[in-house]
Amino acid sequence: MAEALSIIDLENVVVRFSGDSGDGMQLAGNIFSNVSAVLGNDISTFPDYPAEIRAPQGTISGVSGYQVHIGTKKVYTSGDKCDVLVAMNPAALKTNIKFTTPQSIIIIDTDSFTKKDLEKALFVTDDPFAELHICNTVIDAPITSMCKESLKDSGLDNKSIIRCKNMFALGLVCWLFNRPLEHAMHMLQKKFSKKPTIAEANIKVLTDGYNYGHNIHASVPTYRVESSETQKKGFYMDVDGNKATAYGLIAAAERAGLKLFLGSYPITPATDILHELSKHKALGVKTVQAEDEIAGISTAIGASFAGCLAATTTSGPGLCLKSEAINLAVIAELPLVIVDVMRGGPSTGLPTKSEQTDLLQALYGRNGESPLVVIAATSPTNCFESAFYASKIAVEHMTPVILLTDGYIANGSAAWRIPDLTSYPEITPNYVPEGTENWKPYNRDPKTKVRYWAVPGRKGFEHRIGGLEKDFLTSAISTNPANHQKMTETRKAKIDYIATCIPELKVEGNEDASLLVVGWGGTYGHLHSAVKECNQENKPTALAHFNFINPLPKNTLEVLSKYKKIVVCEQNMGQFAGYLRMNFPGLEITQFNKVEGQPLAVNELKKHFIKLMEE
Amino acid sequence: MSELQYKPQDFKSDQYVRWCPGCGDHAFLNYLHKAMSELGIAPHETAVISGIGCSSRLPYYMNTYGFHTIHGRAAAIATGLKVANPKLTVWQISGDGDGLAIGGNHFIHAIRRNIDLNMILLNNEIYGLTKGQYSPTSPRGFVSKSSPYGTVEDPFRPAELTFGARGRFFARTIDVDGPTTVSVLTAAARHKGASVVEVLQNCVIFNNGVHSVLSTKEGRAEYAIQLKQGEPMLFGLNNEKGLIQHGFGLKVVKLGENGITEKDILIHDAHTADNTLHLKLALMQGPDFPVALGVIRDVEAPSYDESVEAQISEVQKNKKTRTLNELLMGGETWELK
Repeated sequence: MAEALSIIDLENVVVRFSGDSGDGMQLAGNIFSNVSAVLGNDISTFPDYPAEIRAPQGTISGVSGYQVHIGTKKVYTSGDKCDVLVAMNPAALKTNIKFTTPQSIIIIDTDSFTKKDLEKALFVTDDPFAELHICNTVIDAPITSMCKESLKDSGLDNKSIIRCKNMFALGLVCWLFNRPLEHAMHMLQKKFSKKPTIAEANIKVLTDGYNYGHNIHASVPTYRVESSETQKKGFYMDVDGNKATAYGLIAAAERAGLKLFLGSYPITPATDILHELSKHKALGVKTVQAEDEIAGISTAIGASFAGCLAATTTSGPGLCLKSEAINLAVIAELPLVIVDVMRGGPSTGLPTKSEQTDLLQALYGRNGESPLVVIAATSPTNCFESAFYASKIAVEHMTPVILLTDGYIANGSAAWRIPDLTSYPEITPNYVPEGTENWKPYNRDPKTKVRYWAVPGRKGFEHRIGGLEKDFLTSAISTNPANHQKMTETRKAKIDYIATCIPELKVEGNEDASLLVVGWGGTYGHLHSAVKECNQENKPTALAHFNFINPLPKNTLEVLSKYKKIVVCEQNMGQFAGYLRMNFPGLEITQFNKVEGQPLAVNELKKHFIKLMEE
Repeated sequence: MSELQYKPQDFKSDQYVRWCPGCGDHAFLNYLHKAMSELGIAPHETAVISGIGCSSRLPYYMNTYGFHTIHGRAAAIATGLKVANPKLTVWQISGDGDGLAIGGNHFIHAIRRNIDLNMILLNNEIYGLTKGQYSPTSPRGFVSKSSPYGTVEDPFRPAELTFGARGRFFARTIDVDGPTTVSVLTAAARHKGASVVEVLQNCVIFNNGVHSVLSTKEGRAEYAIQLKQGEPMLFGLNNEKGLIQHGFGLKVVKLGENGITEKDILIHDAHTADNTLHLKLALMQGPDFPVALGVIRDVEAPSYDESVEAQISEVQKNKKTRTLNELLMGGETWELK
């Protein structure tokens, strides 16, 4: 059994914690990713949970998962398949087996594999492994009973004791990957700072889990993932996309010297932005939990009129409800940031799963000619940058900006280097200059077409705006045909001009390849990884990934027309591909589309790219 | 009264007023200008927010900050404006369709939250701008273009809805009654919190004469009661009638009949926290009862916008974090050297 102590060095490891939605898998996964990040690994996480808060215990629909990808180098995705699967019950094993390979190690809680448990998970025999054709290495750990044994003298009631079993699993995984427990203990102390007995119990079970792994000399090697060398020096924290979005908005308000206002209505998976911003009263952030989605955006429009950096946050169904109000911001030319954390649709769809299906809604889902800016964030940490630039554009160009993130990057987390805000550009609101005479509300900068902003409270600039078309010169209500044409063209020109203020499209990978992979938003990690792997295998591939959707970077056509083959990869049925075709009619574009509510798989992408090259 | 700092015309914009000749909105607009000048709040510190409908064109005729928004959302947009800048005096102008149909949800929630808004409900019991459909305040059986056989639904009573949403201020006036209109508008503006003013209003084209019983001085004397704080509830051409409490309800009595003297008559108290009697007064209607005009309820309570500011100050007393960097560095971080 001495070989059990052998240590294997790895570059990347993916661990998937899965169990009942009440089993605390999100916490176990979160602590594991944090512990790894503190050790200097790069991390990317993917919480995969059901829409129900507590589906019937032990059933397939109640399974909750949390996948962590840790690496010595930068990791871009949460990983296609896991190296270790923790399955706290048969339902978790059944639903997550598709995320394993024959080499994956599976850890199960044998106490939860009774006949009754197997029946709940709809197994028809008493051998779930044979039934699922599993030949993997399985660590059979009596997690529940060990947890009970560990806490028998704690004085806690049975329910509280059982709730600690996730920590036993975490301890076992920490042992497997040689993770010291100090930081995990610290996190538990902080989390349960008001319940010291619970903190102590969790720490005891965590330690016992770790020691259990060591003591059983399980016939599996343990792994070491060295600290990442590629990361820059500095202070880091763990951040998910929703938090990063909230911080980006705060940062922008700070750089613009504006108060931040959020009007929002709770909706999965966007609500955490509201939660986060509601905490920061000390920074002067005002949040209104409105009576509905429409009031969420309407309060934000009111706050924008008042001179705030105003935002509203939502997901697809909420974006539908907000469309009329977005148009008010378009015609009134007020700054506004609308964050849409995309989820599976249509209608209520797949609330906790991720898709990119709101793109055309964001671009065109309003009456009239209604141009606005659409930006898409590419990763959890990029949500910060994207929210910052969405705000900057909104305020400087007096326009609503829709920022598209998605459930995958909103809930996925990564290690984030705390930015130096002074290295970010200033944000300069386009206020009516002092001393302006005979000003009218729709007077605009002749070059940028941006109207000047006069905020209520400022003497001498009292004015009226509204949803009716206005005269280009006098700003009075106008139904003049030529004027409407001119105002429509002006609103479009204002948005088009923004193309000169955003970064040009860059190509990654092998620029001289004949195949160009095109993506946008939250699929960046998977596309980057797939393209990188193709290049490593001597299959030249290039990648152009879009952050800015409307307007498109001004060199878009120039870049795209260099390539013999283009494949646009999206988690929808081809919305961006269609948008590119409409903008650049001559381009030959092929598509790769998936709408399974799950992240794209690197391997599948790679196979598709190689097939395209060979055609 | 000291000399007014502002005159009504200081609140008037240069735009040509486009309502139909004879529309109640004209009179109301003038009284609003007058009320604003009496309040003495500068035009640049005043904002008027409206939704959609005939009356919602009103901001264009004001020389204040103004925003003519979208159908039904005026209360929500005004909420954002007021919370963002509590120093502004914010007026919300809506009709019965804008405020109680498409915007009903925002109406009740703005009242419930007690946002310090002056919410004006111009109630002509009809949709004018879409050319004559029944509204949520039209009476049952009302015949209109969209109800040729009469409606089969009961209307909202704005006061009932306001009180149901825990409203602290409710007043009623009629478009043709200048003094009452100006006095309830100034009272609404001075009330801290959501103040609802129902303006009974004529639509000369689609619902002409809807409030005709009350449109003359004599009619109002006979069929309405002007409620005044601390005064007995008397009405009639010679103030010969009054209201008394009778069992669980109110009763109209005549002074001198059955030994009734002025001492028996109810004294109006808009400041009583309990809204039972306010509701009874507000729901009175002819032919058995006079329609109540004036400030029916006016009870102070903390406003939402003020509470938001107070909460921020309270948190800031205990937390010294003021920038994003301080916030992030004060959290769970690690250093990579």
